[in-house]
Amino acid sequence: MSNRKRNLALLATGAVALLAIAVLAARAQDKNPYAGDPQTAKKMAQLGEFQFRANCAFCHGLGARGGGRGPDLTRARKKHGSADADLFHTINDGVPGTAMPPNGATQQGVGMTPEEIWQVITYIRSVEKKASAEATGDAARGKTLFNASACATCHMINGKGGRLGPDLTSAGSARSFDYLVESVRKPSRRLAQGISEAMKEFSQEYETVNVVTADGTKLQGVVLNEDSFTLQMMDSREQIHLFDKDKLKSFEKTRESLMPAYDTKTLSDKDLQDLVAYMLSVSAPQ
Amino acid sequence: MKHAIAVSLLSATAALAPCAARAQVSPQRLLDSAKEPQNWLMYSGDYAGRRFSTLDQINTKNAGAIAPKWAYQTMAGGKFEATPLVVDGILYATGQDDRAFALDARTGRPIWQYQRALPSDVRPCCGRVNRGLAILGDKVFLGTLDAHVVALDAKTGNVVWDVSTFDYRQGYSITLAPLAVKNLVLIGVSGGEYGIRGFIDAYDANTGDRKWRFYTVPGPGEPGHETWEGDSWKIGGAPAWITGSFDPATNTTFWTTGNPSPSNRGEGRAGDNLYSNSLLALDPDTGKLKWYYQFSKHDEHDYDATQVPVLVDQGGKHLIMQANRNGFFYLIDRTTGKVIFANAYAKVTWSDTKDASGTPIARKDASPTPEGTRVCPGAAGATNWMSPTYDPQTSLFYVTAREQCDIFSTAPQPYEQGHAYYGSAYFPNDDMAPFWGALRALDPATGKLKWEFKHPSPTWAGVLSTAGGLVFTGDAEGNFIALDAASGKVLWHFQCGASVYASPMSYAVDGKQYVAVAAGSALFTFALP
Repeated sequence: MSNRKRNLALLATGAVALLAIAVLAARAQDKNPYAGDPQTAKKMAQLGEFQFRANCAFCHGLGARGGGRGPDLTRARKKHGSADADLFHTINDGVPGTAMPPNGATQQGVGMTPEEIWQVITYIRSVEKKASAEATGDAARGKTLFNASACATCHMINGKGGRLGPDLTSAGSARSFDYLVESVRKPSRRLAQGISEAMKEFSQEYETVNVVTADGTKLQGVVLNEDSFTLQMMDSREQIHLFDKDKLKSFEKTRESLMPAYDTKTLSDKDLQDLVAYMLSVSAPQ
Repeated sequence: MKHAIAVSLLSATAALAPCAARAQVSPQRLLDSAKEPQNWLMYSGDYAGRRFSTLDQINTKNAGAIAPKWAYQTMAGGKFEATPLVVDGILYATGQDDRAFALDARTGRPIWQYQRALPSDVRPCCGRVNRGLAILGDKVFLGTLDAHVVALDAKTGNVVWDVSTFDYRQGYSITLAPLAVKNLVLIGVSGGEYGIRGFIDAYDANTGDRKWRFYTVPGPGEPGHETWEGDSWKIGGAPAWITGSFDPATNTTFWTTGNPSPSNRGEGRAGDNLYSNSLLALDPDTGKLKWYYQFSKHDEHDYDATQVPVLVDQGGKHLIMQANRNGFFYLIDRTTGKVIFANAYAKVTWSDTKDASGTPIARKDASPTPEGTRVCPGAAGATNWMSPTYDPQTSLFYVTAREQCDIFSTAPQPYEQGHAYYGSAYFPNDDMAPFWGALRALDPATGKLKWEFKHPSPTWAGVLSTAGGLVFTGDAEGNFIALDAASGKVLWHFQCGASVYASPMSYAVDGKQYVAVAAGSALFTFALP
């Protein structure tokens, strides 16, 4: 082969290689490169767990089972898409309007490389439960229960209901099954951690507040916000009150929720399962 | 005392016109900063790190009447952590993303503005922040997120020199305000979250030539090297990311260091890990170590010791006070480096014993585990970089305390150059009660609490004390607050509209005292009407 021919051949090979790299790069965000071989997947899942702990667990909890802010990721169906490409997109680009930030935008260094994102996805796959055992309730019956019972007096779903408690439209996707059950059975154990307010600078926990104003008026409600000197509250009639604390006769805040604890006598396990099924259906991926 | 201060303020005011011409901030002026109460010549106000202003025009009698005078907007996002300098009527400060500016200190109108052209891939651990400048001669100095030291012309903001301290892509960055000593600019490096090898540098203020470097992790053959397992020293961390102090009497500069890397995993770096989480006494001319004191040995909880070391002389003793991130208040003999006592000033569960020297020692069961271990203080510490203050009038030490515990977990993590290297991470715990904070006044002779003012949530605001009998601090809810230094009674507060992530300072121009603090994206100043 002459030099010229060899050069041409090299050039052609190079062009093909470049093309192959371009195609691979384009596909890199669609398909998990570590999903095929079980040995590779196991190793990558472990690396992914390290990444998960450093980057994700603060909101999504240890074991990806959901935390105060982030959804339970062990559910097979994800709110913002369950395919590999969806997960990559969610992790890399974040979810606008939620607390989920784009990769590397947390002001914590350079974020994860695409390889590391795939490791995290491999890890999430390794802890996913294949079937959602808890979602066996009757969502239609749950909806009827929600609207007919006391729930809707204080909670809103899709714009309907009360304002005193947290809006529950996205609670099904944002919270684990155990968390939802606990919130109904023992609402004071862990007060709500700002479901729809994830983007706010301050977190609303719906603490119960009792005040007596200067003229002796007694008010009970939930804290909307407060600082050392002022209080913004909503009373049980959904009226908003703004106070300077030093002008109140008394001010008492407790972490005993205004929501009653529903035991199995007032709300059977079946009813609760149906309610949760309804919440899951409301926030399920479209 | 008060009379004397009023006189000095008056004389300083009278001297203002000639001041404008003198402009140059000589090393002698920095040594004599107490003679210029109208000026704030360095990050902590003086070499002793006290953050105490001898101005008393604003005092306990009239503090309720102070009002905002002007605000300066940096128009940048992220935390605004800087303390401004004021020299002869001009205010110099930095902002987010390594911007710097000079303002008319009476009006907030800009004289010049500087914006560092940062690479897109800098590696700040905790925000694109900068805490301020040093001034010397006719230059101001800043450290940058790409680990450079930059000298700017104080009159124009033009770059006079610009030197790289280290390759930022390996995780090195600078966020602190430098300290000018003699003809040198002293600076330390951030990056304990990236497996750096920490150092403190000194640069010639005129040329930018590096005069010395003290590696905070000793290399082979150096004392302390044996406190690291294998090659772990190479990525041992121990950054020095808060401004040091200086004692001219003994020609010693005191610097503090941060966590060993990886912060939440001790496996693989067996030993004390010197000089992480330590107080270092260095010769400012040579960088030679005179002594060290390590607050937290073999730390696994990110208990950086990077709180400004505060120098005070009491009863013939030369002391250093530090309220440490690990929850203990330490009184240290600054001649010998020996600890006098260490008493908890916040909730502590990581330690319940002390060694023979009186240094708190970690409990074995406080180590992070794969499942997580609940430990107090949490990862952000009982306090952090926000400055404390020492008030010589009340003889009290004031510190921002954070009452927050965390669940520390660990996992093996391979080191990758330039990537976050924590050895896992921490998690908000399952406490039923919310986290909270407090401004605490401590008696430094005992470490005992004199009074506290509770914050509804942990705050990142530092503290200023003044000869007017006041302490100033801020909170996470956006309030800037003046309290009676003796009693802790709130005398005044102002809602800034966003959290205070900075330490306040005070200055005077034309006989009027101002108090300044950064909150949100604005620098606010307050004065009597």
